[in-house]
Amino acid sequence: MIKKNNITRIIFICIYFLFLAISFFTGYQPGKEIAFNLFSFLAYMLKILPCAFILIGLFEVWVKRELIEKHLGEESGIKGYIWITLFAGTIAGGLLVAFPIAYSLYNKGAKLSIVFTYIGAAAICRIPMTLFEISFMGVKFSMIRLLVSLPLVIVTSILLEKYLIKKNYKMVKGK
Amino acid sequence: MVVTYSITGLILFISFIINKQKTYKAIKLALVKFKKIVPTFITMLIFVSIILFLFPDEVISNYLSNSSKIISLLLASLIGSITLMPGFVAFPLSGILLSKGVPYMVLSSFTTTLMMVGIITFPIEREYFGVKVTIIRNMVSFFIALTVALVTGIFFGEVF
Repeated sequence: MIKKNNITRIIFICIYFLFLAISFFTGYQPGKEIAFNLFSFLAYMLKILPCAFILIGLFEVWVKRELIEKHLGEESGIKGYIWITLFAGTIAGGLLVAFPIAYSLYNKGAKLSIVFTYIGAAAICRIPMTLFEISFMGVKFSMIRLLVSLPLVIVTSILLEKYLIKKNYKMVKGK
Repeated sequence: MVVTYSITGLILFISFIINKQKTYKAIKLALVKFKKIVPTFITMLIFVSIILFLFPDEVISNYLSNSSKIISLLLASLIGSITLMPGFVAFPLSGILLSKGVPYMVLSSFTTTLMMVGIITFPIEREYFGVKVTIIRNMVSFFIALTVALVTGIFFGEVF
């Protein structure tokens, strides 16, 4: 099953790059634009991802499980949500970077509601991004967004955790 | 970006001074984890490049500024959910749209879904959390974004 998936993926990727190569030589405009999109986004992600994964590696090696369990685990209470929101606010990169970090947090003993709060907060509360947003959209716009979305993120994360515990949810191992 | 790299470099350096072995282990771990996600990541990049081609800035501004408020709100949230763009592209674009008279609530649903809902990042999210959780999280995020847009509309006097 997994193998079959891989073959489909490889064929898909080959066709895609073949299309880009042909577009490049024949000067086909849409193909060129797609290639430009690919490389500009790739460049953007390559700037962020190495840092993110090195920090994840350091986190896994240095941070003790007990520390995460105590502050972000089952016993953490309301403080856990405050900590994780502040932490999320300082990490650049948005959702793509948030997923592997959230996964590491979970494996170190953070509870599910904290993990989901982290993903939500990493999407909406990043401080540098919010400052940038304010400069274009105004303080009122950003404040409404933060004050409405953050409580909703926390509440829905708690509900989602309750639901998943009932369903005996476990995350995929070894990613 | 410079800040992120300096901080990462500094932490890595401190870690190296305290314990060489552990630092090597951390870097190895980073590489292993990165390698595992690369295939999914490439697929996602390909989709991003195609989607961005189908929804260039002009198309987005056309959709958001031409129809009625409710329709542009829904279109905005759909486009925001499907596409993926970094904040340094999305907010200047929203700023331009705002000056063209697009309501705040429409832009709010656009930027919030852009940040929270990731149809295009679905394959990556699924790798870590499984299909079911990924679907639930994205749907919940979509409704949070609509709520945010509605409240924004109320506060900016665009609803009533």
